[in-house]
Amino acid sequence: MIDSKRLDPRFKELIASEPGGEHIKRCFACGTCTAGCPVREVTDRYNPRKIIRMALLGLKKEVLSSPFIWLCSSCYTCHERCPQNVKIPELMNAMKNIAVREGYLPPPMKTQLDLLARCGRLLEVTDFENEKRQEVGLPPLVGKTEDVKKIFEKLGIGRDETS
Amino acid sequence: MTKRVEDKPILSRYALFTGCTVPVRALNYELSARRVAERLGVEFEEIPDFACCGYPIKSVNRYAYLLMAARNLSLAEERGLSLCTLCSACCGALTEANHEIQEDEKLRDRINTDLLDSVGRRYDGRVTVTHFTRILEKEVGRERIAAEIRADLSSLRVAPHYGCHYTKPSTIYHHVEDPEDPKSLDELIRATGAISLSYEDRLQCCGGGVLAIDEQVALAMAQRKLEHIRAVKADALVLICPFCNVMYESNQKKIEKTFQTEYKLPVLFYPQLLGLALGLEPEELGLRMNRIKPNELLKKVVRRSP
Repeated sequence: MIDSKRLDPRFKELIASEPGGEHIKRCFACGTCTAGCPVREVTDRYNPRKIIRMALLGLKKEVLSSPFIWLCSSCYTCHERCPQNVKIPELMNAMKNIAVREGYLPPPMKTQLDLLARCGRLLEVTDFENEKRQEVGLPPLVGKTEDVKKIFEKLGIGRDETS
Repeated sequence: MTKRVEDKPILSRYALFTGCTVPVRALNYELSARRVAERLGVEFEEIPDFACCGYPIKSVNRYAYLLMAARNLSLAEERGLSLCTLCSACCGALTEANHEIQEDEKLRDRINTDLLDSVGRRYDGRVTVTHFTRILEKEVGRERIAAEIRADLSSLRVAPHYGCHYTKPSTIYHHVEDPEDPKSLDELIRATGAISLSYEDRLQCCGGGVLAIDEQVALAMAQRKLEHIRAVKADALVLICPFCNVMYESNQKKIEKTFQTEYKLPVLFYPQLLGLALGLEPEELGLRMNRIKPNELLKKVVRRSP
């Protein structure tokens, strides 16, 4: 049962003001997204129509704290098919960005953030990797990638979310 | 590596953007792409300071993603080059960011203020981003490929996997092909002489996008496609994205264990298949690095005498 007193009517406005979330109010819940969703095909924990409905109703905490928004695989099938051009993968992304600001950063994403800040890449390049590359005749990876850390510092990433 | 073969004119020159996964986990892809490019007159230049495209941080902070993408694009712009990517996710992420930066002047100014302040760079939106496969399709073209064929692959039956970010969202790619019925990879496979198979749910996502969040969901997604490909008795799955490869090749054993079955399906990057048709040696194409050994498949490649 939904308790109407717990609904936050401003939640949809918050999402609509977030880059990627602009079109949330266009959704008329037809379910085209869910019908063609490859994630939904293997698990009922992810249901884009339901998530959008919950967000529009104002179930802010339920949406932001739930792992389900992170289950979008960004395949863009629904993005192509949505008759209202809600741009669902971008909308999910907007909700993820809000969730992170509200303190809900999934541990695997924290790991990725730390790696990017430290190495500038998702996979660390050590002498071992470069030796392997050299063995097969590929040029070594020697570039300066500390700029990524500088960008994170400029934006304050890693100060709050990953502390 | 980037030295051109003397009798081949350069068709086009690109900065090669390898991203995070390819240069560490898919050396066979990078190697075969470089060899094939060399043979077909596509020249690559190295920009060592390229970092991650920015895509992995999009879900945490979209603006940070835009800054990371803009930094990479500015490195290419500085040298007057356009970008060629091997990873479809890099291609999508850089293309999307590029469009936004090109089209939104206010955003461009904001990004440049922050980029200048943090890393001393700026980006004016003059770079184009293209996937290597698209370059093979659009710039090299099937005719030129056909003229270079040196081996008979006509008994090879392969299942193409387009992946998602190669065609979608179609708006960022100016609808280069129908994302609901793409044909370019099938045509490129046929250009090698091999048979391109159709199969159930051929456009299904590999699941790579949720691998870090929920491994079981990702494996279940990849397993469905392996089932459908087994049904059409393919010699190999052919793909163009290192992350799709992580799902279908690196994780194939894990999928077999989880779902109590066996596929032993070789997975080739398209440039490996093309390289075989061009008469390049399996070693040159990194085929020894493929985890699921394509030995049976290699026996079907009939080299033509020069």
